Amino acid sequence: MHAIADGLFTDETPPRLIGGRDRATGRIVFPCPDSADYEAVLLSSDGTLWSYTVQRFRPKTPPYAGPEAFAPWVVAYVELPGQVIVEARLVDVALEDVRIGMPVRFKPVPLDPGAADSAVIPAYAPAGDTA
Amino acid sequence: MSDVCIVGIGIHPFGRTDGMSGVEQGVIAVRQALADAGIGWPQVQFAYGSSDAAGNPDTMIDRLGLTGVQFINVRNGCAAGGSALFSAQMAIKSGEFDIGLAVGFDKHPRGAFNALPSEYNLPDWYGEVGQMVTTQFFAAKIMRYMHLFGISRETLGRVAEKAFRNGSRAPHAWRRQPVSIEEILEAPMISDPYSKYMFCSPGEGGVALILASEKKARELGKPLIRLKAATMRTRPPHSFEVFAPSVDVVEDDSGPRPTASQIASADAFRLAGIGPGDIAVAQLQDTEAGAEIMHMAENGFCANGDQEQWLAEGRTEIDGALPVNTDGGCLACGEPIGASGLRQVYENAVQLRGDGGDRQVPGNPKTAYSHVYGAPGVSAVTILER
Repeated sequence: MHAIADGLFTDETPPRLIGGRDRATGRIVFPCPDSADYEAVLLSSDGTLWSYTVQRFRPKTPPYAGPEAFAPWVVAYVELPGQVIVEARLVDVALEDVRIGMPVRFKPVPLDPGAADSAVIPAYAPAGDTA
Repeated sequence: MSDVCIVGIGIHPFGRTDGMSGVEQGVIAVRQALADAGIGWPQVQFAYGSSDAAGNPDTMIDRLGLTGVQFINVRNGCAAGGSALFSAQMAIKSGEFDIGLAVGFDKHPRGAFNALPSEYNLPDWYGEVGQMVTTQFFAAKIMRYMHLFGISRETLGRVAEKAFRNGSRAPHAWRRQPVSIEEILEAPMISDPYSKYMFCSPGEGGVALILASEKKARELGKPLIRLKAATMRTRPPHSFEVFAPSVDVVEDDSGPRPTASQIASADAFRLAGIGPGDIAVAQLQDTEAGAEIMHMAENGFCANGDQEQWLAEGRTEIDGALPVNTDGGCLACGEPIGASGLRQVYENAVQLRGDGGDRQVPGNPKTAYSHVYGAPGVSAVTILER
């Protein structure tokens, strides 16, 4: 298992997402830009769902590098309080149960669950009893 | 300062025209606009041309005539057409020229736009995970807006239903068959909450506008359609845009995020010296049904959340208090990027001249508004007066 790109999240357990803090303004963005103007900052693992949609068709390849087989997935915008809102997948939830405001936790998943050597991508899953 | 006037309009029907290039569709629109203005190509002193995917607009001089005319190509995302018009207006306002052309055309392959991360200064992984998809952003933006302001999915359906009904009355529209709201709501989903009828498709088409100084317009004897304002603006801080891996957190997040459209709109109203309540007909960017809803508020025509009632009461129908997208907008016409913003201005000129036929706004409208929005957070607005 390997991250789809370097510098996206840590390899500790559990992993944490890595943002970038603008040294001049304090503004946090994701991913961390490859620039001396930004310093890497660890992002909170817990957040709430800010908005979402469901991707209902297989995106064009390139650039999409996922498996040929397609199942709809949730595209989430997750608010990490006081830091930044990040775009990632939301997993382990029925499509009809997704609600804005629900608590979620960082949980990277394989891009291709059927492949042993799949790249791992940023994702969130419902947190706590609301799952 | 005297006004810049629109003295000639031309359009090549939107949709799919197999076997005809985008440039050729632009040429057809230009010839129509020249005939409408009652002038020949040699009288055109300058041109601005916009195309995103169908080649360099200035190549059309091969077909129109090698007069040595100044011809500048414009590429500015979804605001390309608006930017061409803005530039043409400035050329006349500066006093340098008396009469010129703004032309836009495009011809996109079938299916959704296929953007690559490198074109938007984004890392490759963003596309590899399947997030380089414009529809995701538009859906997520309306999903939060519906949550904040109580807009129902049925209201999104009403917007699409109106678009196809209006499009059926517009000769230049692509989708010319009305679709029932039931069919719209129950159609296959593309990106929740949007079904396939709630998104426009990339397409083809061409639009040409001849602009002239007021003095020149009077000489030509054309009805004076005055371009009272043309603005193009970029995004403010904390906005939520297409292809955004992250969005700023803000202290008070109970309203919609600020947008380029709000800035372009406010500046256009300031320049024209009128307000949203003075507008008789509006063309608002409706690349998806929810965009029209949100743009009604972003352009100052109603408060956030009022759209639910406006649509239920039919206030944006052709015979309503503020007709919106009288030719069916992008939903019925499709979106050839380079031409789309100019189509809105074409439609407004048709309405102000009273030439709308089955889709004519009643009551002899005197003011018309157009608005486009696009990646990565650009907007262009025009206000016309007769």
